Amino acid sequence: MKTKITLSFGAVAAVASLALSALVGLTTVTAANAADKVKVGFVYLTTPGDHGWTYAHEVARQDVEKHFGDKVETTFVENVPEGPDSARVIRELAKQGNDIIFTTSFGYMDHTIKVAKEFPNVKFEHITGYKRSPNVATGNIRFYEGRYVQGVVAGLMTKSNKIGYLASFPIPEVIQGINAFGIGLRSVNPKAEVSVIWVNSWYDPVKEADAAKVHIAEGADILAQHTDSPAMLQTAQKAGVHGFGQSSDMKAFAPKAQLFSSVNNWGPYYISKIQQMMDGKWSTGDGPDHWAGNTWVGMADDYLVLSPFENMPSDVAAAAAKAAADIKSGKNKIFTGPIKDNSGKIRVPAGKTLNDGELFQTLDYYVDGISGKIPG
Amino acid sequence: MISMTPRKHIPLSLTLLTPAVAIFLTLAVGAGIFGILGFSPLGSLYTFFVAPISRPDQIGDLFVKACPLIITATGLVFCFRANVWNIGAEGQLVFGAIFSGWVALSFPDWPAITLMPAMVLASIIGGICWAMIPALLKVRFNTNEILVSLMLTYVAALFIDWLVRGPWRDPMSFGFPLTKMYSDAGLIHRIDVPFVGSLGQLHWGVVGALLLAIAGSFVLSRTILGFQIKVMGDAPRAGRFAGFKPHLVTIGVMAIAGGAAGLAGMVEVSASMGQLQPNVSFGYGFTAIIVAFLARLNPIGVIFAGLIVALAELGGDYAQIALGMPKVVTGVFKGILLFMLLAGETFNRYHITWRPSAVMPVSKEQ
Repeated sequence: MKTKITLSFGAVAAVASLALSALVGLTTVTAANAADKVKVGFVYLTTPGDHGWTYAHEVARQDVEKHFGDKVETTFVENVPEGPDSARVIRELAKQGNDIIFTTSFGYMDHTIKVAKEFPNVKFEHITGYKRSPNVATGNIRFYEGRYVQGVVAGLMTKSNKIGYLASFPIPEVIQGINAFGIGLRSVNPKAEVSVIWVNSWYDPVKEADAAKVHIAEGADILAQHTDSPAMLQTAQKAGVHGFGQSSDMKAFAPKAQLFSSVNNWGPYYISKIQQMMDGKWSTGDGPDHWAGNTWVGMADDYLVLSPFENMPSDVAAAAAKAAADIKSGKNKIFTGPIKDNSGKIRVPAGKTLNDGELFQTLDYYVDGISGKIPG
Repeated sequence: MISMTPRKHIPLSLTLLTPAVAIFLTLAVGAGIFGILGFSPLGSLYTFFVAPISRPDQIGDLFVKACPLIITATGLVFCFRANVWNIGAEGQLVFGAIFSGWVALSFPDWPAITLMPAMVLASIIGGICWAMIPALLKVRFNTNEILVSLMLTYVAALFIDWLVRGPWRDPMSFGFPLTKMYSDAGLIHRIDVPFVGSLGQLHWGVVGALLLAIAGSFVLSRTILGFQIKVMGDAPRAGRFAGFKPHLVTIGVMAIAGGAAGLAGMVEVSASMGQLQPNVSFGYGFTAIIVAFLARLNPIGVIFAGLIVALAELGGDYAQIALGMPKVVTGVFKGILLFMLLAGETFNRYHITWRPSAVMPVSKEQ
């Protein structure tokens, strides 16, 4: 009896689908006259919303449309989990005729590589990954540069000499950020200490707010975050302390608490890669040095932008501007020795600067100024 | 006053009509919503339900998407039939992935003929182990299996997260949270259909899922075990008089559901990922609950329900690509579909009458 019910149910569904397809007839869903346009696809981890990581990519997509106008047609797919679904979505974007596809989260890495093999004529751009193939390039932003400036401001602003840091996951990018923050902090303040709480999420407003409260209860008067929601800044504002925003300008969420935000500006990268493709000059950058092939850009090219310095005395703002200018000009490479870890051991000798590969492979310690040790 | 009385006999015409009406209403309401949002109603429906399965490779992908749902839901049917509310299939699925992952990563040199069965066995044991915690706590201390199994889901998620960030992390992954890739023998391969090639990502796990559902149907309808489960669910007192052991049935159905969920975890990882990562399940264990109920707790129905839910998911992604329709609309649309199907089920099972209420006499007395 039950079997019959469900079988008939399936049959009805099938018939309904067929009838529907007959009704719609020739109305196909692909956009017309797209032949001469360059089609650009984007895969997003979350819904863009109005702040954070995916929002920054969405702003960049709009920049692409503004820059190229009629010459491009963009499509994005949001809320794509970092699993087999992403392979299906990327594959579908390729089948729909997209010429270049940006996959904007680390977890899409292997799926991007896999799908790219099936579509040798489509270009793929994986954001924040380390694997490339003949038609997969990688791009990333030197987020840590902004964190150095944050460290400088934190060191000059703190009265309690206690800084609270919210971290997501102990991956290289996050460790680079924590250590750059510590190096910036030590450059102006020999006493302040950073305590790190691992939220174990990129985006969890409740946990982020809780962690911020813990930091504040322990006496922190400056908060920094490597998580995506504005919850930390909102908590800071309520408690009358200050902090830094992440990925996009978060001033609107906490106008009295935000010192500045490090804003990810992917637009120039996307535009340059699409332009390269139009000119027939697109490349993956692969060469003998694997890490040099990664397009890894920062403040010098305005891929990382600092929002206006606010809620700080003018001498602090001036010091921040100076620190930013030195990074932009290349005078300060940040990870230049001597660098001590937090047990006092010299990890990078004086005169040596870590190269890109070393930044990914050798940072298994916290620098002086950061308390605790890296989990895992 | 509305009164609902269970129907003693459900006429066949009603049985056939209800799902048709439910689907029609869903399409109508859905079309209305699409229209309000400024999309062509018919074009949107086409994009949602037809376009995603209009190529052979897409049909393959539909089965792939439905595969973990079918495997997990088949196991859950046994639990729910016995009135044991296992809400934690998601965690059991993760443990299946962990156990089979341990085998795959520990013995990469084994040939497929030994590695694959070992992984299958390990995944089933993993799922059963995780399901036994709520089952034994329920039997021994009468704890609530809904709460315990649900909470253990989060424990499982954190455990695999720790594994792939810590002890099982591939040393060559530059600190990123991924294990080594499984050896080729540990991967479930795509099916090469004669003369057609591959149908999208269609893999051998799908065949296993369909066989499992059919086997589940056989066990439930043709064996003493199935009979016991149904009796303990429908009439536990009668079951006890008949000498059935309620505790054994509870443990048995939890083991079946846990084992199936664990297997789903292994299939998903071996067929579609090839390595463990912090997330190996994307809500399959929870969606499978919906699938089980959509299937009216019938294992054969699970196949169709799994395909329908998978189609809604695929349609959602497709509508984003083709129409730029926000993902939330997909959620709303899926919600309407389930609402209509379950409402239809209610009308099917109950005779609903409406009588003018009898409050009038009260006012007369005043």
